[in-house]
This record gives sequence, C-alpha cells and structure tokens, in this order.
Amino acid sequence: MSNKPDVWQGTLALMILRTLDTMGSMHGYGIARRIEQTSGDRLSMNYGTIYPALIKLEQEGSIVSHWAASDNNRRAKYYRLTAAGRRQLQREARVWEEKTAILAQFLKPSEESA
Amino acid sequence: MKQLRTWLRRLCGTVPNSRRERELAEEIEANLELHIADNLRSGMTPDEARRAALVKLGGIEASKEACREQSTLPFVENVVLDARFALRQLRKNPGFTCTAMLMLGAGICASVAIFTFVDAALVKPLPYRDPLRLVGVYELHGECLTCNLSYLDYLDWKKLNTVFTDLEAYQHNGFRLTTSAGTQMVTGTRVSAGFLRVLGVSPILGRDFSVGEDALNAPHTVLLTYGTWQNRYGGRQDIVGQTIVFDDVLSTVIGVLPRDFHFAPAEPAEFWIPLRPENGCEKRRSCHNLYGVARLKDGVTARLALANTQLIARQLELQFPESNRDQGANVAALTDVIAGRIRPLLLILLGGAGLLLLISCVNVANLLLVRAEARRREVAVRGALGASPARLARQFATEGFSLVVAGGGFGLVGSFWAIQLLSKLIPPDMLARMPYLLSLNLNGRVLAFAVAISLLAAVLFSIIPSLRLSRDAMLGATHGAVSCGNRTVGTSWQRLGSKLVIIELATAMALLAGAGLLAKSFYRLMHVDLAFQPNHLATLELDGPLERYGKDEQAVAWLRRTLSRVAGLPGVKSLGTTTVLPVSCNCNTAWIRFAGKPFHGEHNDVLEREVSAGYFETIRAPLIRGRFFTDRDDRTKPPVVVINQALADAYYPGEDPIGQKISFVTRGEKPMEIVGVVGNLREGGLDEPMRAAIYLPFNQSTDAYFNLVVRTAQSEDALFPMLTAAIHEIDPDVAVTREISMDDRIQTSIPACMHRSAAWLVGGFAALALVLSVIGLYGVISYSVSQRTREIGVRIALGAQRPAVYGMILREAGRLSAVGITAGIGCSLASATLIQKMLFSTPPRDFSTLASVALLLAAASLLASFVPARRAASVDPAQALRAE
Repeated sequence: MSNKPDVWQGTLALMILRTLDTMGSMHGYGIARRIEQTSGDRLSMNYGTIYPALIKLEQEGSIVSHWAASDNNRRAKYYRLTAAGRRQLQREARVWEEKTAILAQFLKPSEESA
Repeated sequence: MKQLRTWLRRLCGTVPNSRRERELAEEIEANLELHIADNLRSGMTPDEARRAALVKLGGIEASKEACREQSTLPFVENVVLDARFALRQLRKNPGFTCTAMLMLGAGICASVAIFTFVDAALVKPLPYRDPLRLVGVYELHGECLTCNLSYLDYLDWKKLNTVFTDLEAYQHNGFRLTTSAGTQMVTGTRVSAGFLRVLGVSPILGRDFSVGEDALNAPHTVLLTYGTWQNRYGGRQDIVGQTIVFDDVLSTVIGVLPRDFHFAPAEPAEFWIPLRPENGCEKRRSCHNLYGVARLKDGVTARLALANTQLIARQLELQFPESNRDQGANVAALTDVIAGRIRPLLLILLGGAGLLLLISCVNVANLLLVRAEARRREVAVRGALGASPARLARQFATEGFSLVVAGGGFGLVGSFWAIQLLSKLIPPDMLARMPYLLSLNLNGRVLAFAVAISLLAAVLFSIIPSLRLSRDAMLGATHGAVSCGNRTVGTSWQRLGSKLVIIELATAMALLAGAGLLAKSFYRLMHVDLAFQPNHLATLELDGPLERYGKDEQAVAWLRRTLSRVAGLPGVKSLGTTTVLPVSCNCNTAWIRFAGKPFHGEHNDVLEREVSAGYFETIRAPLIRGRFFTDRDDRTKPPVVVINQALADAYYPGEDPIGQKISFVTRGEKPMEIVGVVGNLREGGLDEPMRAAIYLPFNQSTDAYFNLVVRTAQSEDALFPMLTAAIHEIDPDVAVTREISMDDRIQTSIPACMHRSAAWLVGGFAALALVLSVIGLYGVISYSVSQRTREIGVRIALGAQRPAVYGMILREAGRLSAVGITAGIGCSLASATLIQKMLFSTPPRDFSTLASVALLLAAASLLASFVPARRAASVDPAQALRAE
C-alpha cells in the first residue's frame, strides 16, 4: 500500500463542496480525481467513498444532481452547489481555518523553552 | 433545520425503492467507465484499465452498501425488518402466540378496567375550582368523627373562623314533588346560599342562589341538576322562571346545574334548594343535621383550619355548656370525604389486578424462555454469521414488543367490555351515592396507564431472553448449541424458569390468601347477627303532606287507616312501621338522661326510632324482657319506650330496666317509662358497630313520614303494586318511594356491595392466578422431564423402580412449590395489613385461611406435577436410549 494519507474523517464533504465551487458542475469520478489532483496527489482515496458523502450532502440540500451526457458521450450524474451549499462551504472553511491556525500555534517550535 | 431535513429524507428512504437502487448502480457504472477510459488513454491494456479502476473504487458492493446506509435510517430499517420477522415468527406458532396473548390480554384487561375506576374515583380532579383547597367541616363527638353541625353552631363557626374564605352548609333529604301526575318523593339537598360559590360552580342556565336567598322570608327557589332538567322537564330552555310545587310549596326554578356537576356527600339529589332554617331542629343548638364544606384561605393548611375550628368549638362549649359539652371539631380534605370510603376497595382491587398482571407476564416470559431454548440453534447460527449480541437482543425485544402490542390491544378492547360489565354490577343505589363513577371512560390517563404497563411488560420480555443470550449463547456456546442441539443446555433455562415459577406461586399464594380473607370477611358480613328475619319483608317509604298529617291525631288516624287497609290485602301476614328502617345507618340520634341517676350534662347519644304496634313482631325481633307496643300506646297514655339490649347493658348493668324512666335532655317532654327490652336489632350498616337505641311508639311521637314493613307469604315484588294502590286509595297525595324487599335492601347496601365486589373480583383474580401459576409449574416440570428422558431411561434400565421415578419428579416439583408457597405466605403476612381496612371481623393474619389456601395451592401443584411424573415413570428405557 502507498504511504499517502487517507482523507481525514469529516473533511471529504468540505473538499467536495470546494471542488464544486471552483469547477461548477461535475460527476462523482471527476470530483474524486480533482480532489486527488488538488492535493498534488498527496491524498489517496477509494473512489467508492465519494458516493455516500454525495448522498449526505444532497440530503442536506447543499448540492443537487441531474443526469447529463459526459465528455465521452455517456450518461453520468452531475452535481452542483446550491446557494445553501455555498453558505455551508464558507462557514466550514472558516471553522477549518480557525482549527488549523490553533493547531499550528500549538505545533510551532517553542520559543520560551529556549 | 438541516438535520430535520436530512432525517426526513432518510426516513423516506426506509421505504424500499428500486429506482434509487438502479440509479445508484448506473451512476457507479458510468463513473467506472469514465475511469477506465482515462486509464486506457494513459496507455493501459483494457484488462489492466478495468482492474485498476475497480481497485481504486474499493469494491462496487461495499460502496453500494455504504450508500444504502446513508440514504436510509439503518435503525428504523432494522426495526421494520425485525417487526416483520417477529410477526412471521408469531404467526408460525399460533398456539404459543394465542396463549401468550390471552394471558397478557387478561392481565392488561383487568388492570386497565380497575384503573378506570381508580381514575374516576381517585385521580380525576373533582369538578370544582381548585378542589384541593376544599374541606369538609364536621363536629366531633365521641366516636363520631364526622358528625353533623347544628345550624346555630354552623352560623357561629362561619362568623368566628379565620381560616376559610367561606364556610357553607348542606343537608341531603327527601322531598315531595307534586305534578299533574300526582305526588312523588324526590331526592334533594338543602344548601346555604353560598354553597355553589364555595365550590366554584355556576349554573349553565339561569343563576345561582343569591346572598340572603336562604333566609326565612326569602321567596322559595330551586336549582335543577342537568339530569333532572333533561328527564323531568325535557331540557326546555324556558324552564328558568317557571314555578313547581316542591314540598307542597310553590317554588321558582332559577337555574340548571352543569352536566358534570356532582357532590357525592349530598347525592343522590335531583333538586338543590336554599337551606332555610325553618324546621324545629334548626332552632335548637343541640339538634345536629348539617354538614359543612369550606374553602381554605390561601396559605392555610387543613391542620391550621382544624386548630382554628377546635378553638371555636371550645369557645362554644364554654358559652353553651348545655348543648355543646364535648362537641369538638373536625376538618377533612373534600377528596377524602368524597372518595375516602371506596379508596381502600379500589386500591385492593388495583393491587389484585396488578398481581394478576405480574403473574401473566411472568408466565409469558417463561413461555418466551422455552421458545428461546428451542431457538438456540437459530441464534447460534445468526451469531456465527456476524449478528452482534445487541442486534440479536433487539430482535428478541421486537418480538416481545409485538407480543405486548397484540396482547395490549386485546386487553384494551377487553377492558372496554369489562368496564361496562363492572359498572352494570354496581347497584343503582350505590352508583347514585358515588356519582363520580358515572363518568367512566377510557380517557387519556387510562390510555397512558395502559401504555405504561404494556411498556413495562415489553421491557420484561425483552430482557429475559436477552439475559440468556448474553450469558452463554454468545460466549462460545455456538459450537455446543449447533452440535448437541437441545440436549445439554436445558439446565440453565430450568434454573431461571424455576425462579420464575417460584415468583408465580408466591404471587398466586398472596392473591389467594387475600381472596380467602376477603371472602371470609364477606361471609361474616352477610351472616352478621341482624336480630330479625329479613326474608319475606316488603318495605317502602311514605311521605304525607305536612299540613294534613302534622298534628298527632291526624297522623295517628292516617297510620291506623293505612295499617288496617294494607292488613286486608291478600298475602299480608303482618305489618308495622318505623321512621328508620333497620340496616341503614347509625343516624337519627338523641341525647337522653336517666331518671334517678346522677346527670352532669353528659351526652348519652342513642339511636331513636319511632315504631308502630306490630313492628317488632313483623320483623320478628326478639323480646328480651317486658312488652312491645300496642296500638293503645298513644298520647292519652303515659309515655313509654322500648330500649335495646345494648342500652340495657350499657346503662343498666345488673339492673332490671323495666319500669325505669328516661327522658330527652333537650326536649321538654315527660319522662318515658321503659316497658320492654328488644334484642340488638341491627340499625346501622352491616359493618357498623352496635349502638344503644330507644324505640318510641309512633302514636306518642308522630311524623308525616314513615316506612311500612310488611311480612308476606308471597313474593315481595308482587305485593308492591297492591301496597301502593292501597296507600293511594286512602290519600292520593302521599308520596310512595323505595319499594324494595328487606333482603334486597341488605344485599345492595354499600358495605355488602363493597365487600362482595372485593371478594368476587379478588377471588376471580386469584383463581386466574392459581391456574396460571399451576400451568407455569407444569411447564417447568414437564420440560425438565422431557430433557431428562434419557437419564430416566438409564435409571429404569439399571433397575430403578417406577415409584422411585415418581418420587424423583414429585420431589423436584414439591421443592419448587414449597419454596413458592413459603415465600407466598411471607408475602401474604406482609401484605395482610394492607387489606385490613376491607376486612370485617376477620383478623388480617387469619391462620385457618392461610392454611387452607396453602393446602389448596399445594394440592393444585401436586396435581400439575403428577402428569409429567407419570410420563417420566412410564418411560420405556429401550426407546429412551434408542431415541438419541
């Protein structure tokens, strides 16, 4: 197995929302690929895990889906962000930034002990 | 909001949906194809491309399963599945299902039906404003804790107290109602003008009595109950303002009371009229005929109110030593006044029904255990296939719950029917005096109770099989269960099962003991010494117009004509009259003093009845000494009196009372000479203590009211129309009422009804409990025998004699019964004091009852274990050994 870290619990939804925000309408495979690419291929995920996350977001009303023809002329299910999803993205992004900032503060090399 | 939306959509998802499944498969497939196409573009061979894409996807089925879990509520979905499985299981086993449902249904039905009565009498708030602030107010004298107030005392208490916002008085009575159809006797209550205001009740039509409307010079007015308005006046809106002839006086109807209004202490009462101090009694401070009802001021407790009224009573005692000597005060919560009498009965019945429910639950639990045993293989297999203990426990819980829902529904329907039946069994007289029992219905509280006991049962049924599961089925017993089937595992069930049987036997014993005590008490009550012969006695009440029979000579002439006219009717053997019939109440008392004995104003309170010549002979009361009255004992002769044995014993111990004289303390009448001593006629209710009594000749102490008592050779009921016709021939304006035989009167009296219902209902519960517990014992023993067939076969093959096998099985059963019965005796001894209030001349720890009940239960248990023992003894060793 590769040593790439898995997608952390709870962050997948945020990544999906962000991906759809920048890319507009996308299908599940595209979203998964895009997430890996955005991480600079540092993240690895089972593409299967994207589907329950998509269903959950759809149930929450953050995204909506429709069937459309794909690049290679196959029918695929496309997802796009709703207004509520955009608000959720902004909210969660802010929360996440705050969390990482706090954690970064903790993990900074200590100055006092020197 | 978002959570709710998600939850709702997931809930919708629990409904199976093939379209969603198809779409999901299509989506995954489409995305897979896109991935493969990408892989091909990056130079992989088609096979590699497909495999790599599948690996990256992480398994199609796992993804789908994860999606399914996300799109539904797995918990709800499992419950639905479990319920369907449970119903299938129950349907597959109709014998078990029916038995369990019947047992549960019976327990729930009994509990809910009894609780409906408890609710109506004890839980449902009284139809008054803030009913818990209301109290009954009484005078207290000697053993009489809730004695009447006299009118003058009432006025003083009302004026002097500092604890009540209002104190009002009432007196229940019979009245004459004259209509175009004639005169009849009706029930009514006289109340002081503020009575309804203190209760916080206002008429639905017309107005309440206004202040001062209970004064002597106020115009006569009357309020109707809702029932009277409907039944007598057709619910006419214009009834208010009309006049009726009530008690021979024109009175104006001023209003109609609410439909749900009742006031049990003064019921039955069709008419409510102001309490005008117009009769002689209300002019004397020593004549007590009223009860008080009051509302406590804010912040005042009943205890404080009692202290205050006691203080007033003491003041009055000093002020009026002649009339108020030893007259104390008592204050009781109105809820106690209204339902206090029936409370012990209802609580006992509720307890009995509860125990029955317990036994039926335990029995069903036992059945479930046996089933759990039979399903060990299934459980083990499901466990091996990955079902978690929690998941299996949930399956059993669902089954228990389904069973309870079915049994509970069954019981609820049954209780609806049982309530109808039970309320039909209450005699109308008793119902009229307990009007709160008229509004029985399955209301929210009753349904909540039904749901609560069902939930308890469901929890019990879920826990018991799960207990077994957690103990061994899950902990590596799988291989044993699968390979050995049912052979080795019976013992642990038996341990739990026999504990349950012990609980059942103990409960049955306690119920049987209670039923035995109540039955004995009922028997003693119905066989209490009446000192007269009640059979073949017809009784009825006559009430004549006062202006026609108010004078002595008028009343005597009326009585003589009535007696001689009725005596000529066919079938009449003898007859007499009394102002108060026997077996009614220890009421109508008078204070007497004894000529020639020291007197310090003490209140020698004795019962007083006015009886005609021939009365004692008619009811066949025993003459102890002297003579009874004759028709010649009238105003022209010196006054005479007959006393009962109790009075002779109390006041003339070791003396001959004949020829002695007694007189009333507060009435200025000539002393009366004692001419006879009669046996202790039971004047009060069957359960009331015997009291001293004096009997005056009607001809010397007349009234426009009396009860006719006729001894007849034929049926009493056939006589009543002739009696009424004869009385109306003499005077059509005489109201005749309460035509009833003395036997019926005794049978339907409140103590008889209460003890009868206690004895029969608890008896019924106990009988069911006996059957259920014996079935439970039978189940355990026969299961044990079926488990040990092989062992018994070996024993017999090795030379064990049949009697020894019998003995072995019976010993096992005997041990269980002995433990159960002993525990039961302990329980009954402990609980006996709880039913003490309902016991009449029966000690709560009655040895003979306990012993006979224990014997009965032991015999039933022996019988139940004899059948399996016989089967064990007839085991054919060859077959038993070959069978495995």
